[in-house]
Amino acid sequence: MSALTFTYEVPGDDFTRAGEASSDVKRKLKQLGYNPEAIRKVAIAMYEGEINMVIHANGGEAKVEVDPHEIRITLSDKGPGIPDVEKAMQEGWSTAPDTIRNLGFGAGMGLPNIKKYTDELRIDTKVGEGTTLYMKVLA
Amino acid sequence: MKVRDVIRILDAEVLVDGNLDTEVKTACGSDMMSDVLAFVKDQGMLLTGLCNPQVIRTAEMMDMHCVVFVRGKDIDPSIVELARSRDIIVLQTRHRMFSACGLLYMGGLRGE
Repeated sequence: MSALTFTYEVPGDDFTRAGEASSDVKRKLKQLGYNPEAIRKVAIAMYEGEINMVIHANGGEAKVEVDPHEIRITLSDKGPGIPDVEKAMQEGWSTAPDTIRNLGFGAGMGLPNIKKYTDELRIDTKVGEGTTLYMKVLA
Repeated sequence: MKVRDVIRILDAEVLVDGNLDTEVKTACGSDMMSDVLAFVKDQGMLLTGLCNPQVIRTAEMMDMHCVVFVRGKDIDPSIVELARSRDIIVLQTRHRMFSACGLLYMGGLRGE
């Protein structure tokens, strides 16, 4: 199986649609026959990333590359950037407003959770320009 | 415990039907989807008082079979439709979260 690439626009103005891309990727990985644990890790990590893009960055782009041994996910946004990545990686540290907490998110678990469910995570971010997350999950 | 046992114990209404003989080994009760995504492992059922489509998305990502909405809240049809499209059984009970979890625990269901 050669590498396949899927790309998605993550809309920033509609919280109810957050997760559609992750849901589609999950279905595709199932169809492609990846093992359930790898699929779950990809689904959760990407979903958290999508939610983050909607909460903080008014949406963005998702690119998913799959090959037989690994799944690579790139999430890019043109949001405000992360001023302190070290803090953002701490469990419970959050800048999400109460409106988002009322929707069940913003507990400061997004990035720590992404790290937990991926085999590799790299964050490129610049304040005022945006953030790109590179994640890898071994299949 | 089977889903049909959950329905009996919680006197729940079935909003999205499915295989009611599906075995539920453990459950999680939370209104914070962030916590569900962070701490839950291999739980087949989510009890929540939160009513938005992200509840179903979270259940989908976590491979859960069943969502129980507590406190008898009105559930938007779009949530029901999303669950149906994802083959997730949806129940609704008038019990509050604490009581619902307690009743299921007494019935033999555990958290982990």
